[in-house]
Amino acid sequence: MLCILWGLWQGLWIVPKDDYQGGDIMRVMFIHVPAAWLAMVSYSGLAVASFVWFIWRHELADIAAKAIAPLGAVWTALCLATGSIWGKPTWGTWWQWDDARMMSVLFLLFLFLGYMALRASMDSRQKAARAGAILAMVGAVNVPLIKFSVDLFTSLHQPASVITADGPKMAAVYLTPLLISGLGHALLFGGLVMTHMRTEIRERRIARLTAQALEG
Amino acid sequence: MNAAPIWAAFRQAFAEAWAGGAGALLPLGFLGGAAVLVPLGIGSDTETLKAVGPGIIWVSLALSSLVTLERIFQADVEDGTLDLWLQTGAPMAAVAAAKTLAHWLAAGLPLALASPLLALMFQAQASLDLIAHLGLYALGSLAFFFWGGVGAALSATVRRGGLLISIIALPLYVPTAIFGSLAMTGGIGSDGAPMLLAASTLFACAVAPYAMAAALRLAAD
Repeated sequence: MLCILWGLWQGLWIVPKDDYQGGDIMRVMFIHVPAAWLAMVSYSGLAVASFVWFIWRHELADIAAKAIAPLGAVWTALCLATGSIWGKPTWGTWWQWDDARMMSVLFLLFLFLGYMALRASMDSRQKAARAGAILAMVGAVNVPLIKFSVDLFTSLHQPASVITADGPKMAAVYLTPLLISGLGHALLFGGLVMTHMRTEIRERRIARLTAQALEG
Repeated sequence: MNAAPIWAAFRQAFAEAWAGGAGALLPLGFLGGAAVLVPLGIGSDTETLKAVGPGIIWVSLALSSLVTLERIFQADVEDGTLDLWLQTGAPMAAVAAAKTLAHWLAAGLPLALASPLLALMFQAQASLDLIAHLGLYALGSLAFFFWGGVGAALSATVRRGGLLISIIALPLYVPTAIFGSLAMTGGIGSDGAPMLLAASTLFACAVAPYAMAAALRLAAD
């Protein structure tokens, strides 16, 4: 939380105004970029957790997947919303259908929603876990497509500028707060996932104890 | 390994497509209806129609594949056919692939075959391009059917799974739709688009049967 606040404060007031990029509005970057990172990473996490659960049937992996889905959806939506807000003054449009990255992130959001809908539609927890795992693994195709969409197709987005073959291409004065903000978002996300998982574990324990009490 | 159940599944799906109302004519009617409504909805300006035609056909293909796939596995779950397949010990992925392929031959391929006619309705020039496009539509619709089959298998036990299959299948349709329209509009970076379309279809045919098999085993539990 502190990291986010510090990153925001740095981003909003300390970083020199970038006149070339349209002034104050580029400060949205300090939310938008971490949100985009997390959107991709969280889906990867969902897919990996599903895979682990599918192969080894470890209950914790399913709990993790279940916890990640709604949070991943929230951050993906945040990424789209801030991107829209940033895009309007900068590129003159809220939404550009030709833009491969916008499209692929939008479908990432649909994947998250579909995953949740599928889980909700199953009548037992075991079935929900299995069906969800199948979908999450199939949908993982999309993640590399998003990552490389700016290099593969024409896009308004700039090509990769933080993680490149020859190091970051940004000035340190932007990069440091961006990374700290990213860390803050990641910590918040991780913390919320842990909280969800703890709740879920307790709920399952309650269900088991209740069943035992009824039998005994 | 016994191949009989796979062949039986193929024949059954092929026959199903011509039986009981929701047959191969349904997607065709859907496609025709959508195509007729579009000019009425957006006006009959020749240039506009020319521009949107190929895309409209892609969209209609995707939607009609969803319409027809919705019940492809549901009936097998309900009447016990699925349990019998599982008991024969035939590889479930092959059974699912055979069924999807048969369904595509009966309901998907006619859609692609109808595409030149529709393109002409959208003021396209009559040329050999239309035949090339027919091939692209056929390729793309094959991927649509296989990904849609995954959605259908996952929602096989769900009552009124129509919405579910849409929300599951649509994200999976993205690569096909992108490469498919790229291959036709001839924009920047469209040189390799037909190859990429073929690649994404092959990928669908390779991956989807296993996802379907896993989902069907789940449905049988």
